[in-house]
Amino acid sequence: MTELFSHARYVLTQNPLSGFAFVLFVLLLVLAVFGPALAPHDPFAGNTGQALQPPSALHWLGTDQLGRDILSRIIIAARLDLAIAAASVALAFVVGTAMGLAAGYLGGWTDRVVGRITDTIMAFPLFVLAMGIVAALGNTIINIVYATAIIGLPLYARLARAETIVRCGAGYVEAARLCGNSELRILLGHILPNIMPLMVVQTSLTFGYTILNVAGLSFIGLGVRPPTAEWGIMVADGASFIISGEWWVALFPGLALMVAVFCFNLLGDGLRDIIDPRSRT
Amino acid sequence: MKPDEVVPLLTVEDLSVEFRTRSGTVHAVDRIGFDIYPGETLAVVGESGSGKSVTSYAIMGILDNAARVTSGRVLFRGTDLLKEDEVRMREIRGREFAMIFQNPRTALNPIRPVGKQIADVLSRHAGLSASEAYRRAIEVLAQVKIPDPERRARAYPFELSGGMCQRVMIAMALSCRPALLIADEPTTGLDATIQAVIMDLIGEIAQAQGMATLLITHDLALASEQADRIAVMHAGHIVEIAPTKDLLTAPRHPYTRSLIAATPAPAASLSELAAIPGALPDLRRDDLPPCRYSERCPRHEADCDGPLPLERLSARHTVACWHPL
Amino acid sequence: MGRVLLNRLATTIPSVVGVVIVTFLLTRALPGDPAIYFAGPEASPQSIAEVRQQLGLDRSWPEQFVRYVASLMRGDLGISLTTGQPVLSEILLRLPASAELTFLGLFIAAAIALPLGVIAAVRPNSWIDHLCRVVSTAGVSLPTFFTGLLLIYVFYYVLGWSPAPLGRLDILYSPPPMRTGFYIIDSLLVGQISVFFATLSQLLLPALSLAVFSLAPLARITRASMLTALSSEFVRTARASGLSRWQIVAVYAFRNAILPVVTILGMVFSFLLGANVLVEKVFAWPGIGSYAIDALVASDYAPVQGFVLTMALLYITLNFLIDVLYSLLDPRVGISA
Repeated sequence: MTELFSHARYVLTQNPLSGFAFVLFVLLLVLAVFGPALAPHDPFAGNTGQALQPPSALHWLGTDQLGRDILSRIIIAARLDLAIAAASVALAFVVGTAMGLAAGYLGGWTDRVVGRITDTIMAFPLFVLAMGIVAALGNTIINIVYATAIIGLPLYARLARAETIVRCGAGYVEAARLCGNSELRILLGHILPNIMPLMVVQTSLTFGYTILNVAGLSFIGLGVRPPTAEWGIMVADGASFIISGEWWVALFPGLALMVAVFCFNLLGDGLRDIIDPRSRT
Repeated sequence: MKPDEVVPLLTVEDLSVEFRTRSGTVHAVDRIGFDIYPGETLAVVGESGSGKSVTSYAIMGILDNAARVTSGRVLFRGTDLLKEDEVRMREIRGREFAMIFQNPRTALNPIRPVGKQIADVLSRHAGLSASEAYRRAIEVLAQVKIPDPERRARAYPFELSGGMCQRVMIAMALSCRPALLIADEPTTGLDATIQAVIMDLIGEIAQAQGMATLLITHDLALASEQADRIAVMHAGHIVEIAPTKDLLTAPRHPYTRSLIAATPAPAASLSELAAIPGALPDLRRDDLPPCRYSERCPRHEADCDGPLPLERLSARHTVACWHPL
Repeated sequence: MGRVLLNRLATTIPSVVGVVIVTFLLTRALPGDPAIYFAGPEASPQSIAEVRQQLGLDRSWPEQFVRYVASLMRGDLGISLTTGQPVLSEILLRLPASAELTFLGLFIAAAIALPLGVIAAVRPNSWIDHLCRVVSTAGVSLPTFFTGLLLIYVFYYVLGWSPAPLGRLDILYSPPPMRTGFYIIDSLLVGQISVFFATLSQLLLPALSLAVFSLAPLARITRASMLTALSSEFVRTARASGLSRWQIVAVYAFRNAILPVVTILGMVFSFLLGANVLVEKVFAWPGIGSYAIDALVASDYAPVQGFVLTMALLYITLNFLIDVLYSLLDPRVGISA
């Protein structure tokens, strides 16, 4: 364990970007957890007299078309966006890993069924499928979670399956079997812990992508409704004002998105360098 | 062939090469020197990691970016190759001297027909048009005794056997009739029967074209069959150079003797094989002794730690040892 | 090679089947009574009942599926409630607009990413190498719709270089006569140069928005596979043979390096087809993406279903073509099948 820490410290100091990303990650976490307490204004209190004000001393990032403070809205939107993405990734991770483990370990029909399911999902352009799912199930936040989780599934399933198959051939599985361990015990006690690090790296690499999908769905009007504060929908609100020059309404939520995704991508790269440097490109 | 009277084709003088790696600087080759005379076959023999391939890459000028030549000259027909610029080197590489490699199938472009690969070399150096070069390529394939050369020229490396791929490489290397061929482990990885065939082919062409050969190998038996002279390399040093017969019957360096003892003779049994004690020293060390064999040598004495002498035992036999056998 | 392609074509069949089943399930998964969704919010109970009977929603599921497949074979994707037109004809009408945008976006991305990756690999640690790495990391962090808005703000509002983002062609011009539906090609075919340039100027910003994101993985993979190719044994042989710089980089290294890039094109298209929707909304582009979004807002479900199905079939076709391209480039394909 200490070896892992010293290696982690080496990577973080060698690559200042990873360290920077980690700091950013903590910041985002703080915003998500303490959001409402940190917002300088009430994110929902509109004041039409103050509508579309550029950034000023009172409203650091300006106000939107209903006079609401953009900075406050961005802060509390962090909580929603990160929560949705986290729920989606967690769901995709759990279900996908379970499917992949089962497919790799049991083979035969299980493998074929899991393969069919992942292939069918991957036959769609993923964002389009998410659109279709939300359109069918109904325009709610929980359906956004389901939709983005479904399109995220195949990646975890395929990775878990591939890694499980590799480890099935390893000696310790045979040894465990000979010692009389039940199949389930081998699967959960031996194989799962071994593939976990790679799966976790995958999670952080796809977290950013999930945030983009969630924001994209909100941007086209799926999932989040006004007056909820969410980065995607805030950009959508601001879009109509771009051509008249009120750039701040769309820019700041967009930047928030960019920063969050960038942070998770770098974090993912850093984690991958720590855990499995051989797979970098 | 009387070396005293003939001017060497290639002279390597005082050559040193080092590599920068993440774990330190590897002093791969340290002040080595040898000559190759026109038409002769010189074998450089040594264990893996002794620096044989690095030497050949340095001569060819194809060392990779992490490598640095820190001293020495490589005189080919009087010109120091190390001082030539890359543009000039690209003109003479492949034309005046050429190289063939280990693992012929991976050393060829996997998605290009072999005939075209040979034609590429011909267009480049012989100034032939594409179609002329291709026709000539087929002729060269016939020269290296590939049956049905026209059909084979259209084949890809994955469609050919290892032996055939090596013939293609030989064809590529010899298409412009170079004066020197460097063969880096050309038969490692090929079947024993094919090995003999390939070496014979090289020998035949060398004789017909008056070409000198620098044969790099870890296989002393192969070297003894093919080479006129043998240079023994250990840990980046050349420890002994002698005509083949002299080297095998009366080796003067302790390492050479151990190497001979470790090489299986046809009639010997495995239990008669003597392993060479110790291992190659770590070439990243800054405190390497002047004689890099001294730590493994059973004849090591206190005065072996002085700078390494190169004793000329006779006109054709040199050894680098304080206490030769 | 023909046999390999036939095999590959055969493997698209399960994908098509899967896609059809999924789109079927999606409509039947609508909460509540699907008939209401297809009849529309204004419908009377009478017309709802009619729609229910028409769509066969009162039958068993297997029977519904058969009717669904049958209607697909007929080319019947339903009628749009908002426009009253058959969904299929509207999609076909709008498809060229989306396709033109997507392909130009890919073209721009490849035109930038490929040279960038190659030069970055040939000159390691140069400023181009650093630029390539920055682009690869940062590019994937930019939300496409945000990039689009940013580009509009800078190039239209601030600099005034770009025309207003109001669709495919400024109202001053009329579209060229319909041949392929691609304005770029059609205008050139009849020599309407001014229309050509007008089209291009409208296309540029949206295509660029698409390109920025897809640039990143393309540049990253190109650089990585070029590095691998340049340090390979066959390039060493080529160097030892004294081949020219151009031969080594372009013919020997690049043609080998391009193979992994073609492989990831599938993933790049998955992204492009999805991001297309977002870009169409930002730029008011009259393609199938905005068609679907408008339908979504109006709770008009048949177009959405048609859109998802069309995109999926398009994607399956593109993947097949990518496989064809790959087997043309790599003679080793099919030997170990």
